[in-house]
Amino acid sequence: MKSDKLKFFAFCLAVLLAPLPLSGSYLTNVLVFVGVNSILALGLNLLLGFAGQISLGQAAFFGLGAYGSGVLTSVYAFNPWVAMVVVALAVAAFAFAIGFPVLRLKGHYLAMATLGVGVIANIAFNETVDLTGGPSGLSGIPNLAIGSFTFDTDLKNYYLVWGFALVMILLSLNLVNSRFGRGLRAIHDSEVAARVMGVNARLMKVQVFTLSAFISAIAGSLYCHVMTFISPTSFGFNTSVELLTMIVIGGFGSVYGSILGALLLTMLPEILRTFNDYDIIVYGLLLVVMTIYMPGGLVKGVPALFRRLTPKKAKEGANA
Amino acid sequence: MLNLNGIGKRFGGLTALDGISFNVGKGSITGIIGPNGAGKTTLFNIATGIYPPSCGAVLLEGKDISKLPPEGRAHLGLVRTFQNIELFGKMTVLENVMVGLHTQSKSGMFACAFRMPWQMGEEKRIRARAQELLEFVGIPELADVEAGTLPFGKGRLLEIARAMALEPKLLLMDEPAAGLNSSETAELADLIKRIRDLGITVALVEHDMDLVMDICDQLVVLNLGTMLAEGTPREIQDNQAVITAYLGEE
Repeated sequence: MKSDKLKFFAFCLAVLLAPLPLSGSYLTNVLVFVGVNSILALGLNLLLGFAGQISLGQAAFFGLGAYGSGVLTSVYAFNPWVAMVVVALAVAAFAFAIGFPVLRLKGHYLAMATLGVGVIANIAFNETVDLTGGPSGLSGIPNLAIGSFTFDTDLKNYYLVWGFALVMILLSLNLVNSRFGRGLRAIHDSEVAARVMGVNARLMKVQVFTLSAFISAIAGSLYCHVMTFISPTSFGFNTSVELLTMIVIGGFGSVYGSILGALLLTMLPEILRTFNDYDIIVYGLLLVVMTIYMPGGLVKGVPALFRRLTPKKAKEGANA
Repeated sequence: MLNLNGIGKRFGGLTALDGISFNVGKGSITGIIGPNGAGKTTLFNIATGIYPPSCGAVLLEGKDISKLPPEGRAHLGLVRTFQNIELFGKMTVLENVMVGLHTQSKSGMFACAFRMPWQMGEEKRIRARAQELLEFVGIPELADVEAGTLPFGKGRLLEIARAMALEPKLLLMDEPAAGLNSSETAELADLIKRIRDLGITVALVEHDMDLVMDICDQLVVLNLGTMLAEGTPREIQDNQAVITAYLGEE
């Protein structure tokens, strides 16, 4: 328990100090999006990595959050903070409602159903032109502000987004190491046994699905206020696949793994700009290679690799 | 304690169980035996709500629980172990037992995420109780091992500890001795008696006749989905129909 607190504290410190050596360069801007993606990846990891329930429709909740906040603030002049809360709660309520029928499905069927939700949401963003601006996007979204302090630079946005991310990381760490989190992991390992142990699997799956949607919606709100302009392409199927790739690469069922995956996959396209439209192929390849050779992601795979390279220690560890 | 009333189960055109009725007496150890394919595991799955019976009713302490899902039955004190051990393989041994304490605690998603003070207290109690249960079954030293790496015999003990965490009134064990060697089986027999001595009713499906004859107060014999006989171990040993079912006719 002590080392967990220490780890989180060290992580907070790293987040706090990271932008300093970058001194306002373009990388700070990238790190803002690493923050947004970290929140999204975390939301998906709670659902998929811990509870074992796949979702290929995370971009829908992300988009609903972004468009909800965007429309309410730019068209209806809502206070952005109020809009963020209202929208997140509304998206959570929506997820809760569709959660009961959708999460009765398992495996491929669940993937297809959530994929459907994602596709429908994306069509809605494109077609409701009067509200969302359709394919040409929605502009004029205000920055977030506290009093007269406006989050209008990369550095300010960095601390805004990562402030949210850190709170969510802390809450997620609490959650997974608790009665609720154990219930989720039990459902993942054996749903039948979990239910026989009195775990209300159906309800808990819907709860974590709702939580995951709530988290994604918050990320969406933050994203729209950071960007001040949004368009449907940011909330399509590709985004859902990217998120999936993040947690598979970073660490399936690991809170910090979500962050690592978000960091790597947000930086990667920046470095490999040449891939452009073929990025989905790279993601596909990464998914295949990782699931075959490092099913636990980098956070579990790399230490395991070290243990394999020092076989004696590994055996002692197993007997301990 | 547990009444099975005219239980029948058909899978498509196959009748797996037909008209099974018996009573598991409070505080007893009841053995359910029968040749392979007799329908023993199916009967267990119906009793614990894994799937519904085609006809008949399951009563726990006089209350009809036929329509309750497994988690609902667990809350009423009806708990089972599995023939092939269903552990939560990626969780530690201690965490497995802590999941078993799910019905004995109530912290929800918000309390857990925000670490409410009473949730922390509950968490501490869960952990301490789980450790006690590991001691009860004799594997306290394995608390931090990943459950999926346990040898079969230890896994069986863990599964029993996890089931005991629910403070069951009735513990159903599906072939608890399967895959155990003779010294492990002797330990198991001792453990089951200790569980009975805590006032918990035990019903088990088992192939190991020495174990069954040693620990059971009452036996039910199934054959091809029907009840063949019911009685004390001694009566069953002398029952001609049972001998025929097991050894074939001369």
